[in-house]
Amino acid sequence: MAKSDLIGGELWEQYSKKVADRMNNPRNFGELTEAEAKELGGKLVIANEGAESCGDTVRLFWIVDTENHVIKKASFKSFGCGTAIAATDMMAEMCIGKTVDEAAKINNLDVEHALRDDADVAAVPPQKMHCSVMAYEVIKRATSIYRNVDISTLEEADIVCECARVTLQTVEDAIRINDLKSVEEITDYTKAGAFCKSCIHPGGHEKREHYLVDILARVRTEIERERNPEKALPDDFGKLSVVKQIKAIEAALDAHVRPALARDGGGIELEDVQTADDGTVQVSLAYQGACKGCAGSGAGTLTFVEHTLQKEVSDKIRGLVV
Amino acid sequence: MERIYLDNNATTIVDPAVRDALDPFYCHMYGNPNSLHSYGIEVRPYLHQAMEQLYAGIGARDEDDIIINSCATEGNNTVILGIYFNLLKDTRKKHIVTTQLEHPCIRESCRFLEQHGVKVTYLAPDRDGMITAQMVKEAITDQTALVSVMWANNETGLILPIKKISEVCRDKGVYLHTDAVQAIGKLKVDLSDVHVDYMTFSAHKFHGPKGIGGLYIRNGVSLPPLLHGGEQMGGRRAGTVDVPGMVAMGKAMELANAHLAYQNTEVRRLRNKLEDALMKIDDVLVVGKRELRTPNTVYVSIRGVEGEALIWDLNQNGIAASTGSACASESLEASPILTAIGADKELAHTGVRLSLSRFTTEQEIDFTIYVISKAVSRLRKLSTSY
Repeated sequence: MAKSDLIGGELWEQYSKKVADRMNNPRNFGELTEAEAKELGGKLVIANEGAESCGDTVRLFWIVDTENHVIKKASFKSFGCGTAIAATDMMAEMCIGKTVDEAAKINNLDVEHALRDDADVAAVPPQKMHCSVMAYEVIKRATSIYRNVDISTLEEADIVCECARVTLQTVEDAIRINDLKSVEEITDYTKAGAFCKSCIHPGGHEKREHYLVDILARVRTEIERERNPEKALPDDFGKLSVVKQIKAIEAALDAHVRPALARDGGGIELEDVQTADDGTVQVSLAYQGACKGCAGSGAGTLTFVEHTLQKEVSDKIRGLVV
Repeated sequence: MERIYLDNNATTIVDPAVRDALDPFYCHMYGNPNSLHSYGIEVRPYLHQAMEQLYAGIGARDEDDIIINSCATEGNNTVILGIYFNLLKDTRKKHIVTTQLEHPCIRESCRFLEQHGVKVTYLAPDRDGMITAQMVKEAITDQTALVSVMWANNETGLILPIKKISEVCRDKGVYLHTDAVQAIGKLKVDLSDVHVDYMTFSAHKFHGPKGIGGLYIRNGVSLPPLLHGGEQMGGRRAGTVDVPGMVAMGKAMELANAHLAYQNTEVRRLRNKLEDALMKIDDVLVVGKRELRTPNTVYVSIRGVEGEALIWDLNQNGIAASTGSACASESLEASPILTAIGADKELAHTGVRLSLSRFTTEQEIDFTIYVISKAVSRLRKLSTSY
């Protein structure tokens, strides 16, 4: 927390003058037509992009010279908040005069930088960073249409954080190389999760494919496994007395699970242990604190807990949330 | 630039008469009302007067309590957490019924109790944006300790059938709490006619200052305090009373009730004028039947125009309104009201609320109508979806 966080509520006063100006007077809005394309001797490209979850949609128009692939004219239409309008307007302007290949390299960070009044001060507050992401995505879409290729061939490697353009590989590497143990550390090292925060855990502004909490849990498990490859697993765990089973499970929860959950304000309690006829051991667990009702705790977190218990105690264990 | 304030469901201007009433209690009569000496003595009659105004304002009986506190958030937390310590924690009552329309202070305190084993039903509004007594009746089980339903909704202005809900709760023997923050000053709130056990309100929503509120507790209904300490408020809420705030709230309550007829005629007429003008624009949806709403509120969805973009344009012209668009918040969830009435995803990002007060003038409404139609045509020209 900081003093300004305690007051909160700031949004519009953090927009740069350039953002405000382009919200009020976008330079490059409107449609381009086949007739105009013909007049300019170019090919008309119309690309639609929309993030349904965010409620924003954008349409980009290009007139491209098919000889040298230079974008002669660009304009947009947008259903979105002011920052989406300003970012799309700036993006359209940045396309003009560039070849399609060059334009395809423009990303949302370039757009945001171009909107700054002061090179060192962000043009929009962190929670509005994602508004420029769609401006970037629609360029990709337009490029794929112009080249007549599938858009997936243009996608970068798995992006975890769209706002800061951080890939899955970068996040995984950062965790491994620096031995990171918390999401805050990942954000400090990579900037992933610093802006709209959607990628930290489920339930944020946008639905994401990867969440930092899950990546962290997975990579940490891998790291631990690599460090203790020899750890012997009792192969007849199901035959141990319930007391010994409980002790082993509690020890593993204390050592490997509870510290991770506590960082997010959550916890977990062992409710019951039952050995089935087929030798699997049903471990019933109850979430505490922030884990309770957290959307990730039914899936991602349970997987993490179950994997940890399987690795540390017995592969016969099956986790169950009660 | 002349400014126009049409965000009166967020907060209101302090009535100059209210400011005059509270002014002497800063530099002249600044005594602690718990003091024995003359400084305390001279203050107390004004607190008695404020109590008279508040009790009369909501139709409370002398044997009932109105606890003076800091705001409705405090009052609502006192009720929800108090019910936990009184009933939910140690008896077989384990259930609260509330609605998806409530203010975050109800929702979040219920979520907090869920972490402690309490079950909570969050009723979804019907296609009219309404919660009915029947829905409440069906949600109550033999484990239900409390029903908490707001009197009027902040976004749409829809007035909920609290009287019918109170009858259901009495039948079932369940306590009823109502958050009346958006009702006071906009419609008659008379607890001699409507049987509720707890009711909360906040002065700044009816032309009083911020930081002062009230919690009504019906005679014979118990509730442990949230703030423990001194014997203020009969031990039900410790902490030195905000004397200027309390005096101001009393005055504001009196004025609010004195202006109810004006709300119902003039404010309603201006709201209707604005609403009629909005409805003349193509593809516009106003949420909630007009006759079921508080007279000052209109919640409008304008196809193709994103909510935050519209209030940006209004603000450029000096007009203050607010939006329920998810784009303006950190959360992904679109307004539950628009979701409930079956509005499609796009509409869920277009909601804009305009809320008037007894200080709103006809000139202001005329100018607002002009600015909105200009803004809508500009934003629709930009829009992909119109």
